[in-house]
Amino acid sequence: MNFDLELSPDQQAIDELFTTFFAKESPPSVARAAEPRGFDAVLWDKLGAMGAPTMAVDGATLADLVVMAEALGRAIAPVPLLEHLVATRVVPDVEGIATVALRPAVDGVWSLVPAGAIADVVVGVDGDELVAVRSTPPGDGPRNHASAPLADRSTVGERTVVGPATTAFLDEWKALTAGALVGIASAALDLGVEYAKARIQFGVPIGAFQAVQQGLAELPGMIDGARLLTHKAAWAPTDGVVDTDDNDVAQRGALASMAFLFASDVAAHATDRSLHYHGGYGFAEEYDIQLFYRRARGWSLVLGDPAHEALALADRLFA
Amino acid sequence: MNFSFSPETERFRQDVRQVIADVFTREMEEAYHRSGTFDCPEVNRALAERGLLERGVPGLGKGDPIELWLLYNELEKAGVPTDALATTMMVAGVINHVGTQEQKDRVLPGVLRGEQLICMGYSEPDYGSDVASITTRAVRDGDEWVINGAKMWTTMAHVADWVILLTRTNTEVPKHKGLTMFILPMSTPGISVDAVPTMSDERTNATFYDDVRVGDECVLGDVDGGWHVMGVVLSFERGVMGNTNVGVPLLRHFRHWAASVGVADDPVVRERMARIAIDNEVSKLLTQRAAWLAAKGELPGVEGSMTKVFATEAYQKATKWLQQASGIAGLLHMGEPGAAGDGRVEFDARHSPVMTIYGGTSEINRNNIAERHLGLPKARR
Repeated sequence: MNFDLELSPDQQAIDELFTTFFAKESPPSVARAAEPRGFDAVLWDKLGAMGAPTMAVDGATLADLVVMAEALGRAIAPVPLLEHLVATRVVPDVEGIATVALRPAVDGVWSLVPAGAIADVVVGVDGDELVAVRSTPPGDGPRNHASAPLADRSTVGERTVVGPATTAFLDEWKALTAGALVGIASAALDLGVEYAKARIQFGVPIGAFQAVQQGLAELPGMIDGARLLTHKAAWAPTDGVVDTDDNDVAQRGALASMAFLFASDVAAHATDRSLHYHGGYGFAEEYDIQLFYRRARGWSLVLGDPAHEALALADRLFA
Repeated sequence: MNFSFSPETERFRQDVRQVIADVFTREMEEAYHRSGTFDCPEVNRALAERGLLERGVPGLGKGDPIELWLLYNELEKAGVPTDALATTMMVAGVINHVGTQEQKDRVLPGVLRGEQLICMGYSEPDYGSDVASITTRAVRDGDEWVINGAKMWTTMAHVADWVILLTRTNTEVPKHKGLTMFILPMSTPGISVDAVPTMSDERTNATFYDDVRVGDECVLGDVDGGWHVMGVVLSFERGVMGNTNVGVPLLRHFRHWAASVGVADDPVVRERMARIAIDNEVSKLLTQRAAWLAAKGELPGVEGSMTKVFATEAYQKATKWLQQASGIAGLLHMGEPGAAGDGRVEFDARHSPVMTIYGGTSEINRNNIAERHLGLPKARR
């Protein structure tokens, strides 16, 4: 088997299935209508009917899931599917919605857990254990930048010890979130290009001006790079090589961290450019680009200051 | 997707590494910085002797662009200069793609033995990005062509055996349609070479063509078909043929120096090193994609533009960060005591500005992406 960047037949099927599904069932108006809570229960039920929440349990690989994640990101779908899938790769048998806490609990509380407002089960690190805790979700959480269903969750509840504390599930969350951020970046570029072709100023489409063209034209390479990096993270074994001196990095944890950091930057940059070329309308609530702009930041910053993630990556790369 | 290489490809990589280990020395590196001729004939010949040189050239040997990527990746990592080799092998690929059998027989053997070099004559003093407007004339005279004009940035012309030359053969048609490419020996009477020193040690050249007379055997591709040949050249040049992973040895040299002086523990420096490592990985993946597309028989023109823009701009950012992180030691030249990364940090900072210029400026590549990939309207210029 030699180097090959084609999606596998399974991945192509997943791509087509979810791209079609989200285009039909989750246009930006759905994300908009779900604000500020950030959860559409009807959309979640539709995903349930097609078996999406049990994909991981049913044998989808991480490489398959990043394909789905990009489709979800393109649609900024207001459902906690990524978190749920990461959680079910840790605890396969879950009733309801599961999620993951991105930081260890402090004084019995996981702070601002993604999907914490709605999830029935939280998987996270508590002391030296990885645990799954079932408790009643609060239903609502603090209003936030991306209108995401964040909420604090207690470690008290119906508690199952999964094993010793680990961060392996976080690597998978980073890879899937990177996939979603690639989707956001790609959708933002499309919105920007579409607007630049349609908006007439000085008698011509603004996309005919080189200043605008140059700003948009630097994005596709970054987006493609982020996608490749994300796929490589999902492909890589957990115990692969890390040797930056030799230009060889093939370990899931290091690559997932790279993909997450890079896709976060690319999504932030692409949404920024696209919003800017919308002019004042980009800032208006009525236009969709602001929905993508806020999620590009909100979906990545839930992990914390990226500088800390970069330092953790440095430890992995340069130990 | 599968990001690993077949055992055969891995063997190729090991063979290339072995050649470098056997042949390349630090003294050679210092020598080409002194001479300004960034070429390592010893490595070129050794690669050829072991049958490794032609394997990656599109259409030649095994013709696998992934191997081509591996070849340049290994050379770049080791600090072996690739400029002369890349130019030569790129043109070899073009000759193989559009040349006659007679041209292949005449030019390729010496090149594939690692003994001969080819330089490129496209840009002129007055036409760089607007290369379709060049004015070097080739005029029919009986059975011959008479070439007059001047070319700029003909790097390696002073050591090259051949030049691939873009000329104007028809002034009565739109500018793209009156161009013809030639491949001719540098020993042809009427060619002269002037050195053009650059700020990064490397010597380039201006070349002059005064009543240079050649026959039809030197026409590469069709008469008035030069623009098509340029398209083939550029699709090979951008993104596949080297110069997209030079951030890797830079980071390595800096990091080992930083560890030796205690800078490597500074969190600000570590964050930047991590981000440079990310950019290096992305540059690699984009380059591999262009190579993979070429391996499937596609001409990765737009993808090559994406790769070149990203990789060269990321490299410039890396050289800036690492020179700053080196402090005063980042100002010292190679060979000076205390120079960061044995002076490579300073050298790369001095070399990096040209990367977003040659092979098509970032602006030209972005125009290409805007029009051919994003489908934006023809630009108002």
